Amino acid sequence: MTEEVILRVKDLRTYFKTDEGTVKAVDGVSFDLHKGETLGIVGESGSGKSVTNLSIINMIPSPPGKIVGGEVLFMDADLLAMPANKIREIRGNKISMIFQDPMTSLNPFLRISTQMTETIILHQGLGKDEAKAKAIEMLKLAGIPAPEKRIDQYPHQFSGGMRQRVMIAMSLSCNPEILIADEPTSALDVTIQAQILDLMKDLTARLGTAVILITHSLGVVAGMCDTLCVMYAGRVVERGATDAVFADPKHPYTQGLIKSVPRLDVASGNRLSSIRGQPPNVIDLPDCCPFYPRCDKAMDICKRKYPAVSRFDDGRSVACWLYSEEKLP
Amino acid sequence: MSDKEVLLDVKGLKMHFPAGSRSLLGGQKRFIYAVDGVDFQIRRGETLGLVGESGCGKSTTARAIAQLYKPTAGEVILEGEDLSKLKAQPLIAARKNMQMVFQDPYASLNPRMTSGDIIAEPLRIYQKRGILSMTKTETEERVEMLMERVGLSRFFKNRYPHEFSGGQRQRIGIARALALRPALMLCDEPVSALDVSIQAQILNLFKDLQDEFGLTYLFIAHDLAVIQYISTRVAVMYLGIIAEISGSADLYRKPLHPYTQALLSAAPIPDPAIERTRKRIILTGDVPSPDKVRTGCYFYDRCSKRMDKCAKSVPRLKEVEPDHQVACYLYHDPE
Repeated sequence: MTEEVILRVKDLRTYFKTDEGTVKAVDGVSFDLHKGETLGIVGESGSGKSVTNLSIINMIPSPPGKIVGGEVLFMDADLLAMPANKIREIRGNKISMIFQDPMTSLNPFLRISTQMTETIILHQGLGKDEAKAKAIEMLKLAGIPAPEKRIDQYPHQFSGGMRQRVMIAMSLSCNPEILIADEPTSALDVTIQAQILDLMKDLTARLGTAVILITHSLGVVAGMCDTLCVMYAGRVVERGATDAVFADPKHPYTQGLIKSVPRLDVASGNRLSSIRGQPPNVIDLPDCCPFYPRCDKAMDICKRKYPAVSRFDDGRSVACWLYSEEKLP
Repeated sequence: MSDKEVLLDVKGLKMHFPAGSRSLLGGQKRFIYAVDGVDFQIRRGETLGLVGESGCGKSTTARAIAQLYKPTAGEVILEGEDLSKLKAQPLIAARKNMQMVFQDPYASLNPRMTSGDIIAEPLRIYQKRGILSMTKTETEERVEMLMERVGLSRFFKNRYPHEFSGGQRQRIGIARALALRPALMLCDEPVSALDVSIQAQILNLFKDLQDEFGLTYLFIAHDLAVIQYISTRVAVMYLGIIAEISGSADLYRKPLHPYTQALLSAAPIPDPAIERTRKRIILTGDVPSPDKVRTGCYFYDRCSKRMDKCAKSVPRLKEVEPDHQVACYLYHDPE
């Protein structure tokens, strides 16, 4: 991991217009991604993890969605201000994605070879045969046995874990700078998940790819990520190095989240601590801390204003009134 | 072994599904051997956790116990009565003692019924059949009591499922299962569709209800940490059989079967300091399809410690330590 920032997300806001009101799915998200870094984005369903990443590569379906503010700087160019043909040169080439369900992200009617060579031919300008050789090489790297034979098969002839390997091979085939993996192992069994995470870690380290890993599993983050962002109701509530956040979580939500996961290495018997209440409704959210109804440390100010971000010496940033310098009457 | 009374005794349970024949002209029939000979007991007041990967037969086992599928072979003895031999009428009466909670809180509640009606439905069904006698007010009171008990306000009883969040819906599902005051609850992945903060609430609710009503659970999950938290004893399933069964603490401290060892080492622990230094056993390959008759160990193809004798006969579950059974020739010899 070097200090060179390759992706800078600044105050990103993505809203969806619905009949019930405006859903502020992403509301002021900022983070930096360094070269070769693995950044985890954790949060519960509806917290805005996936929308953040679709916004980064400007793939928000519009309408109903709209990126209403912010910047995404990739090598000093703002992806949000780029014309469609320019950003297409980056998607799948410099920035590629893996999705949760490998069955729906592969076309069932096309052979693996067709799907894999398409991106290689398009972005790297190789001939058909060269592209196929490259695809076979990538499949081999991704641990698929007999890739020369398998490449001519259809997606249904692969198991779930194998399909995810194909997706990884495909997404890394153009040597991207950034790989965005949206819940890449949530549909897989634990033993297969271990295989896939192992593969991702190994390949991205070898190719020097930076990774944004979106997941709801704290266990996966702990094993994979250098830094992490915790999201709640469309905002990043805590950001910092993975070790520091796990060792000493600052935001009450992060604290609650870590404590509510049952752990294999801790004998049962003690009651699991849980966060009370329900996840927030993000429609027409008022300008307050969205976590205050569930927070044990809620103060009067939390109901009135969203806290500013406080920074700590270890590079951590936390959005909580407990740490804020700013005092309001 | 504790000397508590055995509530459910499952003996040699098999559930094979027909899967068409090999050729158009009939020929040999093919089967999916979803559950292929499962034996276990659940004692009153305990929780047996059933863990394994998708397709290993966990849900089929629960459904065959509830007689939602007619088992191909084996006995399911609930309080001394073999459910698999019962005719329709006595089976309905016996089932009153055994209720299910399902995985998907969206699909398992009728969207056209109010939450109050959903919870009262089992009571009404048994009243109609003359097995249960309750007045209308008693039914209402029971529903309100149940709602409060699972953490929902009684004022929500006229609301429809879409007005509740996932966690609240699962509470409705639990209240419905409790309505008939069963002794045994079959919980099929009841927390896997929920977010972690809500999952913890529901797991605690299951524990509280068990203490209060003396419930017995068969608890299915694929998350090992959840299983360890909730269970007294754990059975690990693979390809339709039980590979290992033991007390929960014992299994996690000292897993014996190579599959259990791999499964435990693959499960991530939410602590970066531990996670980075942990040694993983990475299994090669995928779970094979359960469509053939096996003559050797079911785990043979993926096992790192396989021996010649493992291919020759199927290892049976054997008690190798007090209350710790394992089906593996590393610990006992073929018979």
